[in-house]
Amino acid sequence: MNPTSEKLNRRSFLKVSALAGGGLFLSVGWLAGCKPDSKEDLLGMPEEWIRINGFIRIGDNGLITIMSPNPEGGQNVKTGMPMIVAEELDADWPKVLVEQAPLDTDNFTRQFIGGSQAIRMGWNVLRNAGATARQLLVNAAAQTWNVPASEITTKMGMIYHQGSGKKAHYGEMASLAATLPLPENVQLKEQKAYTIIGTSRKNVDAKNIVTGKPLFGIDYKKEGMLIAMIIHPPAHGMRLKSFDDSKARNLPGIREIFPIKSHEDGYERTFFDTTSFTDLVAIVGNSTWEVLNAKKAVSVEWENFGTYQEKRDWNGRKEMRTIPGGLESEPEQLAKMNDVASKAKTVRKDGNPEMAFRNASKVIERTYNGPFLAHNCMEPMNFFAHINGNQVHCAGPLQKPELTEQALSTRLGIPIENIEIEMTRLGGGYGRRSYAHWLIEAAVISQKVNAPIKLMYSREDDMTGGIYRPMYQATYRAALDKDNNLIGFHVNAGGLVEPPIYPDRFPAGAVENYWVEEWTVSSNITVGSFRAPRSNFIAAAEQSFLDEIAEEIGKDPIDFRLELLKRAKENPVGENNDYDPERYAGVLELVKAKSKWGQNQAGISRGVSAYFCHNSYAAQVLDLRIENGQVKVEKVTQALDCGLLINPDAAKNLCEGAVVDAIGTAMFGELKFNQGVPDKNNFDRYRMIRMGEAPKAIDTYFVESQVDPTGLGEPGYPSVFAALANALYQANGKRLYQQPFAPQLT
Amino acid sequence: MATFNLNINGKTQSVDIDPATPILWVLRDHLDLVGTKYGCGIAQCGACTIIMDGNAVRSCSIPVSAAEGTKITTIEGLSEKVDHPVQKAWMEHDVPQCGYCQAGQIMSAVALLENNPNPTDEDIDNAMNGNICRCGTYVRIKKAIKTAANS
Ligand code: FES
Ligand code: FES
Repeated sequence: MNPTSEKLNRRSFLKVSALAGGGLFLSVGWLAGCKPDSKEDLLGMPEEWIRINGFIRIGDNGLITIMSPNPEGGQNVKTGMPMIVAEELDADWPKVLVEQAPLDTDNFTRQFIGGSQAIRMGWNVLRNAGATARQLLVNAAAQTWNVPASEITTKMGMIYHQGSGKKAHYGEMASLAATLPLPENVQLKEQKAYTIIGTSRKNVDAKNIVTGKPLFGIDYKKEGMLIAMIIHPPAHGMRLKSFDDSKARNLPGIREIFPIKSHEDGYERTFFDTTSFTDLVAIVGNSTWEVLNAKKAVSVEWENFGTYQEKRDWNGRKEMRTIPGGLESEPEQLAKMNDVASKAKTVRKDGNPEMAFRNASKVIERTYNGPFLAHNCMEPMNFFAHINGNQVHCAGPLQKPELTEQALSTRLGIPIENIEIEMTRLGGGYGRRSYAHWLIEAAVISQKVNAPIKLMYSREDDMTGGIYRPMYQATYRAALDKDNNLIGFHVNAGGLVEPPIYPDRFPAGAVENYWVEEWTVSSNITVGSFRAPRSNFIAAAEQSFLDEIAEEIGKDPIDFRLELLKRAKENPVGENNDYDPERYAGVLELVKAKSKWGQNQAGISRGVSAYFCHNSYAAQVLDLRIENGQVKVEKVTQALDCGLLINPDAAKNLCEGAVVDAIGTAMFGELKFNQGVPDKNNFDRYRMIRMGEAPKAIDTYFVESQVDPTGLGEPGYPSVFAALANALYQANGKRLYQQPFAPQLT
Repeated sequence: MATFNLNINGKTQSVDIDPATPILWVLRDHLDLVGTKYGCGIAQCGACTIIMDGNAVRSCSIPVSAAEGTKITTIEGLSEKVDHPVQKAWMEHDVPQCGYCQAGQIMSAVALLENNPNPTDEDIDNAMNGNICRCGTYVRIKKAIKTAANS
């Protein structure tokens, strides 16, 4: 039995849960303001909603509500996931309302976003939810009309029996359908029968966004709600010593100022329980402006902390981590990295790379560096919490509610059953909202003041709050024989606080003598997932290096990669190569054709790059010119293979965004430390890409594929960095080994 | 504390508040107009853009005391029926990703088109340069502005 049906069974799926007209909206009053009201206007709201399963409610008038299980952070899953349900349900898409599901682990699985997995992992569950509901409606019609179910067909929310000429809309059969036993096996559609999947559908929230509806966590409001902010240490390596609030406590609108602890000492942290600062000062008041002012009036004394041990549970793997004390600065961090790099551990070795390098006629060696990066979600971290005795109600933007709930329960000592988490739209996530320490902080503050509060981070709190993209370094070496064949490949890579390497990825499998080493430097600067973790650095390094090898041996950079991929396909070296060389070559061939590679245009410099991550393939050709010392990206042509496309135009939008975001990060993204203090705290110094710096055009193509859908939020991102670096090299003859690029261009 | 009468989206509203409070927080905390967003508080990101007497301004950096006697439009006041050409163009091009920056982007675009109905690419770049989008929707924003200009 498929997992959906199993889950639904356990939840006494058979019971009808009919809500009175309007009841649905009363029960989720917060969302009421966010309904796409045109559809309601069009059809009128039903008198009664019938719950068919966790995903689907059908109104007696045929209107359908589909719950979107995962948080929405801009990847458009709130449109894409319901489209999959609607396809198998045979619904009429314009008559579908989409609602964000709350965290509900009884009805939904994997309610989180990250690793470009939402669609991939939800694929079977969503299809089965739709198909099961459809079969129930068919069975209900068969019973009502007294005809065999096998003679019944459905189309766009309608049920037909050709023999008798009978027909009904879904709303007419929903009440009965909800009482029927679950079908044993449901038939899923053949891909060629799809009418919704693979067609472009508009973002279901578009209207709410362009009218400024309260969709985001920061917009959340509740009667009696107070505003809270925190003060965290100015430097990594510091903690709270004492504070004096005498100048702040009597300011207008201020309720309470007190210290909080987001985790008890000795707490065993799970995977996403990273926090930079556990001891904070909380300020609670009536309005944001008043709290912001009071925040400035609190004087705080900080002290350095010493080295300590942190207990971690990495999905069952227990670890005691040593967190070094001290205030770190970039030069020492780099020195430490170079020292540790020389003591790296081998994680893959094929053939005899040492010998290949000894026998080489030529060795190319290059070292690449990537700095810490702040996520800079445009919506700063925030969360609403109301702890009322033993009842917890939270609402806001987070990527992994299912995982955060456990940490919250432990911290508050309140059982999970009493915790309700509402998921609002995320004003960007990119990994940052996987680490929901601010949710715990909000809850602890609410518990202390015994009132509903919304915790808000200022931009400065957000940018200096830690959990950055790690600082990375990779040294690549290539061994060439006298005929310029690539006979050996060696990479030594590591980072502070994690290594960036995937040892089984391309060019693993394509080179006879292949060697990967990795290392880690510990630090008290906290790091975490950042759009396409690890790949966001290593792709830039690897694909720039391949460009340089191709040039050295006088080959076209696309042909050079294709030759390696051919080798990996026909006669792969080693085991466990984690990519499909054919699909990898597929995106390169497609981008080569679409970009008219080989046809040069005056004044335009081109760079190419490709990468595989998160189960999908991407390749870009980037065209730029340098005009009065300014880099102008004229065009990016890209090809992607993410299996079957759900919502093509939305997929395009996401991949266009990845290009822009990557160009910005490659050019400007950087955070450095001086005595533990990050050198930027707002957008005046942290430069983000702006309109005039974005490519003039982005042409996106997808490889047609019947393969089950894979991720897309991240795969388009990593390869762009090197496409830019390689194009810049063509323009000015200077190879770029260090991110960000912009400071090296002047 | 002082009382201010503000003309917002064609309605006069009165607030009793610290004169230094930025308009952004008056809108968000006191008038329940949360479409205008906070992003940086220092006039660098454009998330808080509103139109004041026909010009796009950053509401995070203008105190409420400077708002009296002006005419303010926020995203909520653009149209009754979601039919402002810029809103329509935004939906036609399905511009938003996370959507957080979009109210600010739209307000900057509306002000641009009011002052310059047929902007060149360069005009668009200049007018929109104060609005950051981390999701990287700039290419679609530009297309949507051109569509709106032609309608
Ligand atoms: S919040 Fe006003 S410009 Fe950023
Ligand atoms: S759409 Fe997400 S920041 Fe612009």
